[in-house]
Amino acid sequence: MEKLFAYIRASQIWRSIFRHGYPDTPRNRTLAVLSNFFLHLHPVKVRRSGINLSYTWCMGGLTFFLFLVETITGLLVMFYYRPTAELAYQDIFALREHVPLGVMREMHRWAAHLMVITVWLHMYRVFLTGSYKPPREFNWNIGVILLVITLLLSFTGYLLPWDQLAVWAITVGTNMARATPFIGHEGPGAALVSFGGLDFIHAGDDIRFALLAGRFVGEGALLRFYVLHCVGFPLFAAVLMAVHFWRVRKDGGISGPL
Amino acid sequence: MIDSIKDLADWLSEPTRYSIGTALLLLLVVRFRKWASHPVVFAITCVLIVAFFLVSWDDPNFNRIVTKPDNIPIIMMIGSLLFFTWLFLRRAVLNDERIKRGEPTLEGQYAKQKVHVWPDLVYIELICMVLFTVFLIAWSIEIEAPIEEPASQARTPNPSKAPWYFLGLQELLVYFDPWIAGVLLPSFIIVGLCAIPYLDKNPKGNGYYTYEERPFAINFFLVGFLLLWCSLIIMGTFLRGPNWSFFGPFEYWDPHKLEPMVNVNLSEYFWIYLLDQPRPENIWLREAPGLASLFAYFVILPPILGKTLFRKIATEMGPERYNVMMHLFLWFVLVPIKMVMRWTLNLKYIVGIPEYFFNV
Repeated sequence: MEKLFAYIRASQIWRSIFRHGYPDTPRNRTLAVLSNFFLHLHPVKVRRSGINLSYTWCMGGLTFFLFLVETITGLLVMFYYRPTAELAYQDIFALREHVPLGVMREMHRWAAHLMVITVWLHMYRVFLTGSYKPPREFNWNIGVILLVITLLLSFTGYLLPWDQLAVWAITVGTNMARATPFIGHEGPGAALVSFGGLDFIHAGDDIRFALLAGRFVGEGALLRFYVLHCVGFPLFAAVLMAVHFWRVRKDGGISGPL
Repeated sequence: MIDSIKDLADWLSEPTRYSIGTALLLLLVVRFRKWASHPVVFAITCVLIVAFFLVSWDDPNFNRIVTKPDNIPIIMMIGSLLFFTWLFLRRAVLNDERIKRGEPTLEGQYAKQKVHVWPDLVYIELICMVLFTVFLIAWSIEIEAPIEEPASQARTPNPSKAPWYFLGLQELLVYFDPWIAGVLLPSFIIVGLCAIPYLDKNPKGNGYYTYEERPFAINFFLVGFLLLWCSLIIMGTFLRGPNWSFFGPFEYWDPHKLEPMVNVNLSEYFWIYLLDQPRPENIWLREAPGLASLFAYFVILPPILGKTLFRKIATEMGPERYNVMMHLFLWFVLVPIKMVMRWTLNLKYIVGIPEYFFNV
């Protein structure tokens, strides 16, 4: 057995992938992080206080992990789902009834709920340890935007099963947009946006109409939410996450006492 | 015995008592944090909460609302909030004692030491990932994701609730019009969160847990996050039923439950009750008392506070930061103020101009 492992590790294939020896010396441990694309998100060394679980709560890392879970399970669910008013509900129902071992929708839903909670707990920890203070002010701001995107991702996904819960939750949620000052048709100041007695802002062209592609939650809203949920927001989130992680390192690594 | 506990729980969770009770609880826990964060006290609290759950489990109404698949994450959220708030208080108390004795903080004692990411950090990440994957798979196999009847514009479910993380805002609709609860306040939350690092000029407490070095910031966030955000979500999820009426955790969700609506505008209080005359026809005159009080609240109050109560903060921050902070802070405080005025005075609107959808 020993010999077999030694043979594999000496082979050209292994050595072409891992360009360093077994990571049990400082030099090889450094190389293990530096020469691996995925691990090189990390610095080579971190403060011992910064990896203490009762300090970090691990919530930022878990959020990223849950984002990856959402990406993978979401991709698999997309195989079975067509975003039209006639088919969406049927497809979700068929996924539950006919697909063997189908727990991907369950995982997608529970991990999504969990991700919202882990984002909040991450921000809770960052606030309580004062980690938003200089030099990390800007990264806190990126984090706030990522929080908003997480909520929007969850909100757009909420509509896709196209059942009563989905449609009415989104109806209640987007009804707020009616009341946006000046650009919602029931908002304060909307009546002022008129010209010669002609209202510019009404139910057919206000901000809620733009969100839903209609006066109520219908087919247009379903497609719009689907595209945003599967492509728009994940892309946006991925870019901002890259900036977020990069800035963590540039701003001095996981926060700790100065 | 059990029935009287249930009645007490229902009585306590009425919105006024619930809100005041949670606020008092937070105040006591923070004030007596040294005692409250003691591991034994925390362990007893956990046992009591678990015991409450087990005793309540057989109650059909409690069971129905707690075991609803989409509510299970919120139960987890309650548990993790309790745990992590305790963890914070515990470490803050220990650190504050250490700082007083001149010792390095729990974090500070290891801050100078560096460890290799491989294996120390990579293995923590790997173990967390494996544990969470197992947990997610077990949860997904055990509990099926719900699917209700197909969507229909013709049948409105009662209650119609927004997704759970927005239920705090939906709860605020009881006290504010949609343009405030649904548009203005969320915008101020986002802007306010972004502004925090630029407003908080206190250099202490960066990178370690502490309470005594930054009490204002910590209290502000605990009230905002725990009381005004999470606790309202919990209330909106578990205690709001058909017609957004209030229901105790052991109460049957009766769609015919009636709650009297006797709310009165400030203008009615002023013109009819105080001056004993009909309200004037002119909108601006009619709403003058409300507009004047809003003006006083948002324009006159900040400089007065800056000269008296917040004098130290105002001089430290400088005029720009102080004014931005005060404006956000006054909106933040307006939420509990309006809630208390509703409970005590049945106040509907401070300024009510439905003609222009402008109600505060």
